[in-house]
Amino acid sequence: MSTMTADEMLSIEERYPQVFRRPAYKRYGPLFLVLGTILYLVYAMWFFSLPQVLRESHWDRLPLFLTQWISYDLQPEFRLDQPEITPKYPRFSALGDNPNPDWVIKNPDGSFTVLIDGPARSVTFNKAQATIVAHGQTVPVSLTSGKPLVEGQVPDWITAHDDEVVARMGFVGEVRVTVDRVKVRKRFLGWANFVFDTRSPFFGKPAGEVISLIVSGPELKPGTSNLALAGDNIWNNAQWQHGDVWTKLLQTIVMAFLGTLLGGIVAFPLAFFAARNITPSGALGQVLKRFFDFMRSVDMLIWALFFTRAFGPGPLAGSAAIFFTEIGTLGKTYSEALENIDDKPREGVLSTGANGLLVQRYGVMPEVIPVFISQTLYQWESNTRGATIIGAVGAGGIGLKLWEAMRTNSNWANVFYMVLLILMVVFIFDNISNFLRRRLSRTIHDYNRIQARQG
Amino acid sequence: MTLSVPAPSGTPHTVADAWRRQTSLRRLYTVLGVGLLLAAMFGSMWFADEANAGHFFDRLPHLLDFLSWLVPKDWNDVWRALFDIASPHDTGTQEFNFPLGRVYVWGAFYVPEYFELMLITVNVALVSTFVGFIFAVPFSFIAARNLTPHPALRLLVKRFMELLRAFPEIVIAGLFAAIVSIGPIAAIIAIGLHSIGALGKLFYEINENIDMRAEEGLRAVGANWFERVRFADLPQVLPNFVSYTLLRVEINVRASTIIGAVGGGGIGEELKLSISRGFGAKTLALVLLLFTTIFIIDQFSAWLRRKLVGEQAFLMGA
Repeated sequence: MSTMTADEMLSIEERYPQVFRRPAYKRYGPLFLVLGTILYLVYAMWFFSLPQVLRESHWDRLPLFLTQWISYDLQPEFRLDQPEITPKYPRFSALGDNPNPDWVIKNPDGSFTVLIDGPARSVTFNKAQATIVAHGQTVPVSLTSGKPLVEGQVPDWITAHDDEVVARMGFVGEVRVTVDRVKVRKRFLGWANFVFDTRSPFFGKPAGEVISLIVSGPELKPGTSNLALAGDNIWNNAQWQHGDVWTKLLQTIVMAFLGTLLGGIVAFPLAFFAARNITPSGALGQVLKRFFDFMRSVDMLIWALFFTRAFGPGPLAGSAAIFFTEIGTLGKTYSEALENIDDKPREGVLSTGANGLLVQRYGVMPEVIPVFISQTLYQWESNTRGATIIGAVGAGGIGLKLWEAMRTNSNWANVFYMVLLILMVVFIFDNISNFLRRRLSRTIHDYNRIQARQG
Repeated sequence: MTLSVPAPSGTPHTVADAWRRQTSLRRLYTVLGVGLLLAAMFGSMWFADEANAGHFFDRLPHLLDFLSWLVPKDWNDVWRALFDIASPHDTGTQEFNFPLGRVYVWGAFYVPEYFELMLITVNVALVSTFVGFIFAVPFSFIAARNLTPHPALRLLVKRFMELLRAFPEIVIAGLFAAIVSIGPIAAIIAIGLHSIGALGKLFYEINENIDMRAEEGLRAVGANWFERVRFADLPQVLPNFVSYTLLRVEINVRASTIIGAVGGGGIGEELKLSISRGFGAKTLALVLLLFTTIFIIDQFSAWLRRKLVGEQAFLMGA
């Protein structure tokens, strides 16, 4: 661009005052908006006392919880004050009733070696001394003086308390040594006993053996085939509760489906009466629109709480809650779609002398049905996600189970299992709904193209 | 089911026949589809009824009994509950201990408990929407096909946002409740993360439909990616962004009530308590307050959106 003279600049400025001399509120509007937002955030920080909450929060728990999502640990304990050292496992440990893991080694001299991550991270102990090996160091702990005593330099991965020595070995686990016992926590990647729990006769058998048992083995439980027994064992797995989880998942899906479908069925006729171009009576339309607003504003949570009280907890309450909310949402979107239609087909059908119902059927419905279905599918998709969360207040489905598993703070692997299932369901239903909606929009597109071609 | 049919040829008789065949086939498909849908519906109804604690037809006659506890003995108690005014029916039980919840701000001036709780819920919604907006805007420019700095980055950001969107809010809330203690902060994190995914998706779909001429102009004078996004793209999409964000505020107010009910604090928790114990006056006051607030926020946001982008804001009720 060539350089301008001052005169040219002035003349441009005079010609376009709306660009160069904007009113103050327009010029400084964005600035005030940003300032207002910052002020609001400061207020919010004070309101939620954010600094204090952050100070008191335990961020160190986050990696711990996240590792628990995909791993489990075993915690054998060895008493040293008994005549002979024996490993003890907690009741209901993932190893079952007869634990004999190969990482706990009884040495010929009566001492024990526990391999936490091979010999590189391990602990060997007898009644007098424990030797902890990790991070390339070997640390002997003497147990004879009445309290555990680390000999030599204490490395930074060992904490020596008065009565206990704690050796942290990272993800794989830790060792706690006191005078009268050694406690080991060994962490394994994966989910323990995901298929068969410890009570099952198939527990601990390799996959090949289980398959051959099912195909041609002798009946493990007389009177039932091995296949039925295996199925029953998996379905009723005490730790993972596959049967219960999948039933609850199905309940969540059913809640979303039923609520959305019934909402659509009820909203469909009502929308025709609410649309101002189809029903001439303004009063009825207004009443219906306020009714839709009411159903939406009362909120799914309130409906869920009410229906949980009325029908008792379960998917019926959840379906009813989604149903009532959807009457409002779908009624609103349907009636808005109706108000945006092209009037010409309607007039055409009307001019043939058709009665009111036939005009709606042949003049209006072909145009709006794809839009209606598309919007219903969209709501269905979003309700599949929403149904999880209202389940947590008692309205049935997997939400409550999820919430209960989380509340104990110890069952994060189960939580993750359910989360994966939910993600899978959401993913599948998103894709179904997207596919159907794409097909529909192609139908709408084709229809428009044919119309355009025919003039 | 496509409508693009080849132009009919032949005698009128064969054309009419072909048309009749086509319609009857289509009718068959429709009947089959509706039949399948109805079967699924009745199957679902049966399943939901079986799995529920109380069954539909057993409970139906008692539906009105259930509503009767909602009717307070004295309608004025609803107002008293709402504004924390002492009730003459107060016998020391939780049902009528209205003045107990007063939050004193300045001397004798107090904020009634329910308004304070509602404020928490609304603030949770606003802050989490803000968090969602701040992160969704840059993500949306990276995830838009026409603006992305690198296709691999685009895929990564898109998948990440999908994950945030689909991840159940309640799990995030539960996880952070164990870290930052149960309360509104955990709710903000949960709803905020979800908002990033939800807003990001809407935003990048807007971005993919922008007019690229301004972008080309800036590219021609040598602007870098940030300058192009800031001066060519952002001005085009900002009204739409704000409109969708306002819509998100509405959704988040509802979400924060629900998260509140499962331990996120705010009005949801109180409502759950009040309904499960059958406190008529308190429940009515809470429902009234919540309903009014949501209604006002919906109407205000609809008005603002209409001012910002016109009727277009309502075509897709995202």
